[in-house]
Amino acid sequence: MLQAQHPMIGYRNDFPALNQRVAGHPLIYFDNAATTQKPEQVIEAISDYYRYDNANVHRGVHELSQRATQAYEGVRPKLLTFFDAGSDYSVIFTRGVTEGINLLAQTIGKQRCVEGDTILLTELEHHSNLVPWQMLAKETGARLDFIPVDENGVLLLDQLESQLSQGVKLVSLTHISNTLGTVNPVQEIIELAHKAGALVIVDGAQSCGHSPISLKEMNPDFYVFSGHKMMGPMGVGGVIGRTSLLESMPPWQGGGEMISRVEYHDFQANEVPQQFEAGTPNVEGVVGLGAALDYLESIGMDRIQEYESELTGYGYEALTQLSGLTLYGPNPDEVEERGATLSFTMPTIHAHDLVSMMDMKGVALRGGHHCNQPLMRKLGVPATVRASFAFYNTKDEMDSMISALKEVISFFRR
Amino acid sequence: MFEDLYQEIIMDHASRPRNKGRVETPDAVVHADNPLCGDELTLSIRKGEDGAIEDIKFEANACAICMASASMMTVKAKGRTVEEAKELSSEFVRMLTADEETQPERITGELKVLESVRRFPMRVKCATLGWHALEDSLIEASKEQ
Repeated sequence: MLQAQHPMIGYRNDFPALNQRVAGHPLIYFDNAATTQKPEQVIEAISDYYRYDNANVHRGVHELSQRATQAYEGVRPKLLTFFDAGSDYSVIFTRGVTEGINLLAQTIGKQRCVEGDTILLTELEHHSNLVPWQMLAKETGARLDFIPVDENGVLLLDQLESQLSQGVKLVSLTHISNTLGTVNPVQEIIELAHKAGALVIVDGAQSCGHSPISLKEMNPDFYVFSGHKMMGPMGVGGVIGRTSLLESMPPWQGGGEMISRVEYHDFQANEVPQQFEAGTPNVEGVVGLGAALDYLESIGMDRIQEYESELTGYGYEALTQLSGLTLYGPNPDEVEERGATLSFTMPTIHAHDLVSMMDMKGVALRGGHHCNQPLMRKLGVPATVRASFAFYNTKDEMDSMISALKEVISFFRR
Repeated sequence: MFEDLYQEIIMDHASRPRNKGRVETPDAVVHADNPLCGDELTLSIRKGEDGAIEDIKFEANACAICMASASMMTVKAKGRTVEEAKELSSEFVRMLTADEETQPERITGELKVLESVRRFPMRVKCATLGWHALEDSLIEASKEQ
């Protein structure tokens, strides 16, 4: 019977961390927008790498160095296939989305933006796709503009063409909001931005592990992702960018690996992608990421998206039944697509207390501003509680969350 | 279960905070916040002619732990001399943050209840926010003179 209720039950068992009790209750891990758990396959790949193949990459001729290099380099084509990128894209490994956006701000951003130019963001952005641009704006004298959101956190695009005509050189926007679960129409925005002569960066932190992505169709200039949001290890991610653009960009950090020739007073930069990967890379992380891609592909991103969307709809509906609770973000029934993230508040219970009490019931939620301070201020909310899902979560867990919430509410009513 | 942290006295202070508002003709008004969770608090104090804390009030947009701790703090601090209030505050903060359990002399009555927050390290900052504001306000008030 359980099998019928939860088509992903077999996969769930691959995640050892899910199989534990917290405060005497079975763990319900609903903090997947922060980071996902890791399957056995990823954990094994990392420990096998250290057990058998560990060596520094690229420089060595010896057997282990060759193996490590092959394992590391082999993940680049895997990523291009996973994200359905055409042959004109290349992969730069970074520590994750934050480092990827900083890399882009400091290279193509600095190269393209001068005083008076505009960098267009949205009001939904995570601090990691906001602060690097503020820093660049301060450095160059460029200005920031924002595509506004309505009260449900849906982008208002009616003024977009006029916004794009104001000297926009770069557009950087999130694919899916980490707080509200809004899925932005990135393809449409990219098309308009390209018509206006602007380059587009898509922050894929919340889409990379949840939606089938076709960069061929989406057609961004850069797509940035984090491994740990897609069942892979922390500290690895990357920028998938148009090779011709990457080749035109100045180097970023200096050091080994990114050079082809060095003299006392000058250097020659290496080719793309090595040009952007100074120093010994996170080989273990890249190997783990490769295993995560294989794992996700074995399930199928279409299936994952379909299941998570059903689960989110079920959770949204159940939460609306709790009186007094306010849900933020688009109603799944009113939008074509919805990210697997639900944010809500209770009028008399502070988010921080709610999250503490839910933890006492074994439910891992997150409370706070979710690295989204300007958006929260705009919505007029001090802090929300966020429940975010992955394919290994179940409707049973959703029901348990709802009954735990009811207990918290009645405790506060006493 | 919930009571491990949310004891009755805490819930009482959280839902009916004492000394809420802003004092008239304050000697110090300080703002404190915890950017991690969004707790915000404004504390105002007025000293009497004898130098003791004559009036103390706070306004907050904060969780129950922060609210209750700040409310109890105002009750305990009112009428104390600056020195006494400083000693009380540092003893309270030590009670929650010291590696070893402390044997606080001045932390008595209701205040002792907050010792349970020690077992919830992620919530210690909530419980100490009002007290840090008290320390800041005492420094601020002595600058004025």
